[in-house]
Amino acid sequence: MSEVPVAVGLAGVAGVAAVAGVAGVAGVVRPGAGAAGGEVAAREAAGEVVPLEASLRAARDGGRKLLVPYVTGGLGSHWVEVLQAMVSSGADAVEIGIPFSDPVMDGPTIQEASLRALQLGATPPGILSELRRVRVGVPLIAMTYYNLVFRGGHRRFAHNLIEAGVAGIILPDVPLEELGDWSRAADEAGVETVLLAAPITPDDRLAELCRRSRGFVYGVNLMGVTGERSAVASSARQLGERLKAATDKPVLMGFGVSTPEQAAEAASYADGVIVASALMRLLLDGASPERIGDRVAELRAALDDT
Amino acid sequence: MPACNQLEAAFRAAWADPAFHSRLDALLRDYAGRPTPVTECLRLSERLGVRVLLKREDLTHTGSHKINNVLGQGLLTVGMGKGRIIAETGAGQHGVATATAAALFGLDCVVYMGEVDTERQELNVFRMRLLGAEVRPVRSGSRTLKDAVNEALRDWVASVEDTHYCLGSVMGPHPYPWMVREFQRVVGEEARAQCRLLLDGADPDYVVACVGGGSNAAGTFAGFVDTRAALVGVEAAGGAAIGRGVPGVVHGMKSYLLQDEYGQVSEARSISAGLDYPGVGPEHSYLAAAGRASYVPASDGEVLVALQVLAETEGIIPALEPAHAIAWVLRASASGEIPNGSTVLVTMSGRGDKDAEQVMGLLG
Ligand SMILES: Cc1ncc(COP(=O)(O)O)c(C=O)c1O
Repeated sequence: MSEVPVAVGLAGVAGVAAVAGVAGVAGVVRPGAGAAGGEVAAREAAGEVVPLEASLRAARDGGRKLLVPYVTGGLGSHWVEVLQAMVSSGADAVEIGIPFSDPVMDGPTIQEASLRALQLGATPPGILSELRRVRVGVPLIAMTYYNLVFRGGHRRFAHNLIEAGVAGIILPDVPLEELGDWSRAADEAGVETVLLAAPITPDDRLAELCRRSRGFVYGVNLMGVTGERSAVASSARQLGERLKAATDKPVLMGFGVSTPEQAAEAASYADGVIVASALMRLLLDGASPERIGDRVAELRAALDDT
Repeated sequence: MPACNQLEAAFRAAWADPAFHSRLDALLRDYAGRPTPVTECLRLSERLGVRVLLKREDLTHTGSHKINNVLGQGLLTVGMGKGRIIAETGAGQHGVATATAAALFGLDCVVYMGEVDTERQELNVFRMRLLGAEVRPVRSGSRTLKDAVNEALRDWVASVEDTHYCLGSVMGPHPYPWMVREFQRVVGEEARAQCRLLLDGADPDYVVACVGGGSNAAGTFAGFVDTRAALVGVEAAGGAAIGRGVPGVVHGMKSYLLQDEYGQVSEARSISAGLDYPGVGPEHSYLAAAGRASYVPASDGEVLVALQVLAETEGIIPALEPAHAIAWVLRASASGEIPNGSTVLVTMSGRGDKDAEQVMGLLG
């Protein structure tokens, strides 16, 4: 009963403060439940986790534009091979979607990819156990929605990520105001939580986001959901420039980056790009891991030409 | 400025402003037809041995309590200088109410509705279109209310600058649960005063309302939470978030939620499109956890019986949603859970016209 109510909003849209007159569910978060002895094992495993911010910084400081492709975990039997193909084609890190039933920040392509993966039986532990078996040499970032983390238990979820070699996480439905409990568990386990900034994020909030983001700062190119677009949104340049002025952490731009030309354009305002829907469209349409690797190589080449 | 902060600021200012209240009160009176009466159910009471009173939200303009909330949010939309309003709808009552307010205030209106619901509530789809709204069928997920909320949220992240999201229940991110309850509080406050007149200053022993997201119940309970009345929320058995759910976070709120062991949201299954939702407003989770209100299920079968009983004994055809509340009263008075001679107030949240075709099919 005493617990502060949680009302999570969409990043960049809902800034959620305490709910006056409406309390949350009593006593539901029990940090530590099921995580006995977890930290020790996590620290042991941590040796194998490729850290996110350190790797991206090193690559950027070496003069490289960063490329982070995305794959939905559990989407078909080849998804781990898709991940490996992405890495051998020049990805600097890979984002792994842990599918959620209600992906409100995602457009039609990732919605379809998530639903298909769930229908094929994808679960968070299943995806993590497949990742545990591969070591790709670049940082891995989970992308999912908060209810899976909440249900799994903060500390247990964070521990499981590290144990599977996943360095970071993106939770687009957790606003800054509600980040506290999760980020404490994440920091303790060594998981880097990447925060998202939107074109309408005001300056003071942007500065706070940059300060608290770990790994890199995710610039959301447009007001809207993920999905292929015919051009990079006009709002992207200004956001990229604002973020670069606000932080020296790596800044990656995403949402609606589909083609090599768009990748080169978006990367010109920042340190690199995230490409998701365009690649998942190929996978949903039956493309092989090699074909997706070729597409990533084209994106890589376009970035290397800038 | 993040939209929810802007909305909260607009609502706080309006709610403290006597001029806003007088505009809203005038609309509720002259446009929506408030106050709604409390009707004493003489024949049903005799049959049950329990005195049954109905708070008649079914008699409002557009036929449900949803109008109370949309008139408030409509005024706020105009006040924030936004020209477009979007909504999710299940049964279509909130969609119809939003389309009505949009017409009244001269706003563009888009209503998201699960494809399953557009089929079972065809009449309401037509009403919304007549009112000038665009109805967008949602084909993702379970194609019901939860998916309509997802789609409205997706629209809103792309349109916040000129669009207000008119959420239809006491759910979603702050300030919605609080704001919508405040806009629905009028139901409970009127009812308490009306009951005291009828009952020589006493309050009913039980105050009962159906719970989907929980707005008619929250508004009703707001009038009785500080009385000795037992508060009872009736959930659809197939969408009983409090009865069968565990805490979760979805649609910007933390509350009881039907979900699997990993946190994937389950699909609710109910005869009633308005209660076909796997979550529930956080205030109800709080009232349940605090023991101030209890939440009970009603099955599809019981609901169809209750609808007919009320129609035949009182000449009132309830919507399928409040028929859940009636169903529990029938069950609990038969079992003695509601002792003989008790007084029960039930919120009749909407009229049954929208469901006539579906019920005709079911009763065949
Ligand atoms: C008549 C009626 N009652 C109840 C509800 C459920 O909503 P709430 O629980 O928010 O009152 C609906 C929703 O569509 C409705 O149309």
